[in-house]
Amino acid sequence: MSKTVTEIVDRCQALFEDLNFTSAREWKAAEPGRKVVGYMPVYVPREIIHAGGMLPLGILGGGEALEVIHGDAYYQSYICRIPRSTIELAITKRIDFVDGMLFPSICDVIRNLSGMWKLMFPKVYARYFDVPQNYRDDIGGNYYVEELRELKEGLEEVAGRTITDEDIRRSIAVYNENRRLVQEVYDFRTKQPWKAPSWEVYLLMRAGMVLPVEEHTQLMQDYLAAAEAEDRPMKDNCRIILQGSFCEQPPLNLVKSIELAGCYIVDDDYMLVTRWLLGDCPVDGDPLRNLASKFLHESMETAAKYEPDGTRKGQYLVDAVRDRAAEGVIFAAPSFCDPALLDRPMLANALSRADIPHISFKYAENSGQMQPIREQAGTFADTIKLWS
Amino acid sequence: MNAQAASQDVIKEPSMLKQKAMIAANFDKLTSANETGQKIAATYVPGNLNELIMCFDMGNNLPEINAINNGMRKKSGAMITEAEKQGHSEDVCTYVKADIGNMSRGAIAPNGKPMPVPDLLLLSYTGCFTFMKWFELLRDQYGCETTMLHVPYEGDGKITQNMRDYVVKQLKEDVIPALEKVSGVKFDIDRLREYLRKSAAAEDNLVWVLESAKNKPSPIDAYFGGVYYIGPIFTAFRGTDDAVEYYKLLRTEIEARLAAGKGPITPEGELTEEKYRLVVEGPPNWTSFRDFWKMFYDEGAVVVASTYTKVGGVYDQGFRHDPDHPLESLADYCLGCYTNRNLPGRVDLIEKYMKEYQADGFLVNSIKSCNSFSAGQLLIMREIETRTGKPAAFIETDLVDPRYFSAANVKNRLESYFQMIDQKRKGGGSAAAA
Ligand code: SF4
Ligand code: SF4
Repeated sequence: MSKTVTEIVDRCQALFEDLNFTSAREWKAAEPGRKVVGYMPVYVPREIIHAGGMLPLGILGGGEALEVIHGDAYYQSYICRIPRSTIELAITKRIDFVDGMLFPSICDVIRNLSGMWKLMFPKVYARYFDVPQNYRDDIGGNYYVEELRELKEGLEEVAGRTITDEDIRRSIAVYNENRRLVQEVYDFRTKQPWKAPSWEVYLLMRAGMVLPVEEHTQLMQDYLAAAEAEDRPMKDNCRIILQGSFCEQPPLNLVKSIELAGCYIVDDDYMLVTRWLLGDCPVDGDPLRNLASKFLHESMETAAKYEPDGTRKGQYLVDAVRDRAAEGVIFAAPSFCDPALLDRPMLANALSRADIPHISFKYAENSGQMQPIREQAGTFADTIKLWS
Repeated sequence: MNAQAASQDVIKEPSMLKQKAMIAANFDKLTSANETGQKIAATYVPGNLNELIMCFDMGNNLPEINAINNGMRKKSGAMITEAEKQGHSEDVCTYVKADIGNMSRGAIAPNGKPMPVPDLLLLSYTGCFTFMKWFELLRDQYGCETTMLHVPYEGDGKITQNMRDYVVKQLKEDVIPALEKVSGVKFDIDRLREYLRKSAAAEDNLVWVLESAKNKPSPIDAYFGGVYYIGPIFTAFRGTDDAVEYYKLLRTEIEARLAAGKGPITPEGELTEEKYRLVVEGPPNWTSFRDFWKMFYDEGAVVVASTYTKVGGVYDQGFRHDPDHPLESLADYCLGCYTNRNLPGRVDLIEKYMKEYQADGFLVNSIKSCNSFSAGQLLIMREIETRTGKPAAFIETDLVDPRYFSAANVKNRLESYFQMIDQKRKGGGSAAAA
């Protein structure tokens, strides 16, 4: 029997709330020798982990429910919350089953966390995963292919086996399928946002952080079928894009509050890893070269990437507003988040030049008070409706 | 106090006068660029490619140095407020905001003349994420030509051949052509070799000066004094005859101090009794630099080694610019700067300093602006305490934002820290004064 939206979302919510990562633990325990490799935002090539027969596990901090006791002793008050809650997860042994950790090149906080991990958990494979900011195949591309090779070798040690090109090709195909479904969910929400509330889509994508990719793909298929069948009323909401939440996650209530305030979120930058590469990655030929070329030429724009052409800075956001038929942008960034907050004035300029309204606020993963945000988003929605 | 009776006109050493003249001449050169037609590049201190810039007859304007200057002249506060009014977040690096605020107020240099808008932003992305956004922001505002040099991070604590090749290739195919285009000057590698030779000569003497602090008493303060010593080599003078000359002079002066058994010079004269030898991690505060320094020399505290004096190059661990491998050595230089080293590498370096410089304690000056330095410093502090058994302390200030320098708090913290070192010497405990 097909699943209902409630059943699917309940499952996702349970996965989201489980700070012991029971499903990943069970996956690991199901067969001897299985390994789990954690990764932080914003992007790692999960294909290579998967190709080694391991489970990629997205670690996005501790969220609002985790009480941070030890983590605060590692960070000054002016540093965002995600590294301290991630340290908390580790010290309290909630991720003690993780065999490797990848720290993507997104900012200096996560970069330095990679070294902290090496010092604090010397038995765990910890790698800072650097990506090129030069997008020429013969410069950044060559560098990146070699980085991917080093990553693959490191992961082979964790897996205790070699990872062949054929393994990676197969995994690329599996992730291509997953990316297609992610895209379908986003497109579905764009078309009928009343049928796919953002907090549901959010939880569905969060499930992709902890489930095996094949299961997540299936879950999205089920969700699309169930959401399509559901009869939900269309509201007189405006359509906005949410920007700046690519790393530390907002409390789920924040996502809900924005919608309750009268804004359909028709695009966002949550969990970019699920759709970093745009469209299918070729499966023929050298798989590392393919991943590299996809990264260089067809991947998401975000603050962690350099934009070589100044005239195009922020253009992707303007384009997204058009493609998703959005009416405005809400910048929602974690407090003290360098990439999001440094990028924001430039994106805001690009929006202003295109006459796209925008507002901004900050949050922390454990922000409690939603009232001010709801009011701000509500006023924004009213203004948009008034002028449209 | 330990410094000699305060004298309003402390005699300036020849090296100080020399540096002052160099800086003044450089400001005159930069601010007259519109008349002389000289092209100007802007770039950062870590990963500063001064020798390369000179190959194209271009001037080098370092926005961090402008921010420091404005901080020391107590002008940065208003500039930061100005940038925040324009929509820049209160949470981000105050160097960026001081620079943006400064530019929108006409970018007046210390000589009272306006700085020109740079002809090229040479975005050497070394050791700090904010650098990338900073020049994107300037480009957004002024439409400057920009070229990026991406320097990978030493995540595993070493420079790999892949990293080196990547940087060299960018130099050859992106950075040098961009400099050629803006300046109209053809690249001459022999000219670069000549500059690098001069860099290495200056670097030898700088290292000698920094290492003189291994003596007891130390003839220098390697943090508050150190920031002056690194001035020429970290900025627009590396590779010049002036820098070679400056470091020769400086070395001669310090040799004389050492031979005479003298302590460091402070703004109030010579420090006569060295009571505490410290290693310091993190940049200093600039808006209250003198007051901050006084809190140390008044107590007889001398900084014998610091990490901040390595942000523009870690020369004391053996690196030298190498005329025989010009581009490779520029790559290694960029890759090896202090904040481009991973955390375990930073801890190892500090531990080495603690031992080699016979330090009594370790102090972190944690800077609100700077995640590159600051994220992880509490762990660094704990590691150093465990490895060396010496007491450590943690203070929090900011670079150029006067709102985040609380003199009373810092002073209290330092006073109790010095007491802690005393107790430790008498055989007491060693809890961190965090
Ligand atoms: S929230 Fe922002 S500053 Fe914090 S770790 Fe993530 S990207 Fe870095
Ligand atoms: S964040 Fe730190 S290293 Fe980066 S520009 Fe600011 S002070 Fe300099």
